[in-house]
Amino acid sequence: MDDLSGSNVMADFVQFAMSGLTVGAVYALVALGFTLIYNASSVVNFAQGEFVMLGGMATVFLAALGLPIPLAALAAVAVAVVTGLLVHTLVIEPARGANAVTLIILTIGVSLVLRGAAPLVFDKQFHKLPGFSGEEPVSLLGALVQPQAFWVVGGTAVIVLALKVFLAHTLFGKAVLATAADRMAARLSGINTSVIVGFCFAMSAAIGAIAGILVTPITLTSYDVGVILSLKGFAAAVLGGIGNPLGAVAGGLLLGLLESFAAGYLSSTYKDAVAFAILIAVLIVMPGGLARVKHVERV
Amino acid sequence: MALKLSPAVLILIATVLIVVLPGLVLPSPYYYRVGALVFISALAVIGLNLLMGYAGQVSLGHAGFFAIGAYGTAILPAQLGWPPLLAAATGVVLAAALAFAIGRPILRLRGQHLAVATLGIGMLITMVLNAEVAITGGPDGMAVARATVFGFKLRAPETWYWISGGLLILGVVAALNLLNSPTGRALRALHDSEVAAEVLGIDVTRYKLVVFVAASVYAAVAGAALALFSGHVTPDVGSFLRSVEFVTMAVIGGLGSILGSIVGAAVLVILPQVLTVFQEYETLVLGVMIILFMIFLRGGIVPGLAARLTARLTP
Repeated sequence: MDDLSGSNVMADFVQFAMSGLTVGAVYALVALGFTLIYNASSVVNFAQGEFVMLGGMATVFLAALGLPIPLAALAAVAVAVVTGLLVHTLVIEPARGANAVTLIILTIGVSLVLRGAAPLVFDKQFHKLPGFSGEEPVSLLGALVQPQAFWVVGGTAVIVLALKVFLAHTLFGKAVLATAADRMAARLSGINTSVIVGFCFAMSAAIGAIAGILVTPITLTSYDVGVILSLKGFAAAVLGGIGNPLGAVAGGLLLGLLESFAAGYLSSTYKDAVAFAILIAVLIVMPGGLARVKHVERV
Repeated sequence: MALKLSPAVLILIATVLIVVLPGLVLPSPYYYRVGALVFISALAVIGLNLLMGYAGQVSLGHAGFFAIGAYGTAILPAQLGWPPLLAAATGVVLAAALAFAIGRPILRLRGQHLAVATLGIGMLITMVLNAEVAITGGPDGMAVARATVFGFKLRAPETWYWISGGLLILGVVAALNLLNSPTGRALRALHDSEVAAEVLGIDVTRYKLVVFVAASVYAAVAGAALALFSGHVTPDVGSFLRSVEFVTMAVIGGLGSILGSIVGAAVLVILPQVLTVFQEYETLVLGVMIILFMIFLRGGIVPGLAARLTARLTP
C-alpha cells in the first residue's frame, strides 16, 4: 500500500496531471467565453459560469424527457445561445455607455437571475450524465483515468482550434477581431458592432454550455455550480492576461493543474484557495498576466 | 429667520431622524431586529461607499473585512476567554491592519483588476473560515458570547436597535468629517482623475490606502456588531454574495451618497423580509432588481430623487 517506489510516484503525478487538465479545460473554456465578450464589449461577464450550469442541467432534463443524449445536448446548447442573446438584448444593450463597475454589477445581476430561475425550471438536486464512452477507467502510465476526461480535454482543443480558424479565416470572424481591436474604427468601416457583441454573447454561451455538457459526467452538476466557475474562469482569464484568448486557455489549464497538484501534494482543504492566492500574486507581480498584456492609460 | 444649514448638517439630521423616528413607533421586537440589521448593513456600506463612491476604487471583497470583525468577536472570547467588547475592538484593529498590509500593492491595480484582487482576498478569508474547523467551527459557524455592560447583558432586539443606530450615527459623523477634510478633497480629486490628482501633487497611493483602511474599519465594526447582536456567526458573513450585496446596496442607494448607503441597505435588507412569502424567488427577484436599477436608475435612488427634486424646485 505505502509503496513509494518510482512507478507509484509517477502514477500519482499522472493522476493529478490528468485531473488538473480536465478541470483546467473547463476553466479554460469559461475564460475563453469571458475573453470573447470582454474583447468585443469590455463587459466583464460574471454570468459566464451560469452558461456551464445551463448546458449541463438542460441536457440532463431534456434527456429525462426522452430525448437521446446527443440531441438533448444540442438542444441544451441552443437554450444557452438563446439565453446569451437575451442577456445581450435585454440587459447589456439597454445599459450601453455604463461604466465598468455598473456593467460588472449588471452581469452579477444576470447570474443571480439565472441561478434563481434554475431551481424553479429544473430542481435543486445533483445530476449526472453517463460518460460518452462508458465509465470504465483507462490505465495511463499507471494512473486510472476516466474516458470522459479525454472528451473534455479533446473537446476543449477542438473548440479552441475551431474558434481560431473562424476568427482568422471568415469574414464574420474578422469583423469580430476588428471590433475587439477598435470599436470605433470597426463601426466606421461599416461593421454593426452591436450585432457582433450579440454574436459574441451567443458564442460564449455556446462554449460555456458545451463545457458544462462535457464535464457533467465527471463532476456532476446542479443549479448552483455557476458562481465558482465564473470566479475561477475570471481568475484564469486574468492569469493569462485579460483580453488574450490563448492566454485565457493557458491560464485555465495552468490554474487547473496548480489546483490539482496543490490538492494532491499539499492539502485538499485549501485546493480552492490556490486559485485565488495565485491570482493575487500574479496581479501584484505581473499585472499583464502570462501574456503580458500592456495597459497604457490615455489622459 | 433664514437658517442656512450646510449639506453635511442636513445629512446628519436626516440620519438621526431615520434612527429615532422608527425607534419610537415600531410595533414588535421583530421590527427592531430588522431595523438593527438595516443599520449594521448601512454602516458597512458607508465604508464601501467612501471607497467606491468617493475615491473611485472598486471592492468585491468588502465582506471579508466584515467577517474579520465578526469572527474576531466570536473567536477571542471562545478560545482565549477575552471579554466580547475587547474582542470586538481587536477584530476591528486586525481588519484595519490587514487592509493596511495588503492595501499598498493591491491599490496600484485599476478597474477590473482591482475588482478581481479584492474578490480574491474576500474568497481567501472565507476559505480560511470554512477550513479551520477547530477554531471557527467550519461551515456551521460558531456561537458568540453575549456582551455585558455594567452587568447588563446586551441581547434584546430593542437594545441592539439603539446600539447599531448609535453606531450608524457615529459612522455618518466620521464619514462627513473625513469628506470635509483635506483628505476628502484629495479623494474626490483622485476619483475624477488619478493622473490629474497626482500632477497636482496629491499623494494618490497614500490617500487610497487611507480610505481603504477606513472602509475596512467600517466593515469590521459592522461585522462585530452583527456577531454580538445575532449571537452566531457563519462563514456566509464573508461570502462573495455578501460582498456583492454590499456593492449593490451602495450602488442602488447611490454611489457618493451617505444617505444613499442607508437607503440602499434598507431596500436590500427589508425586501427579502417582505419576500419571504415567495422565498423560492428570492435570488431571482434580487437579480431582477439589480438589473432594473442598473438600467433605469443608474445614479442610485438618493441622487436620482435629489436631481428630480431640484429640477422641480428650480423653474
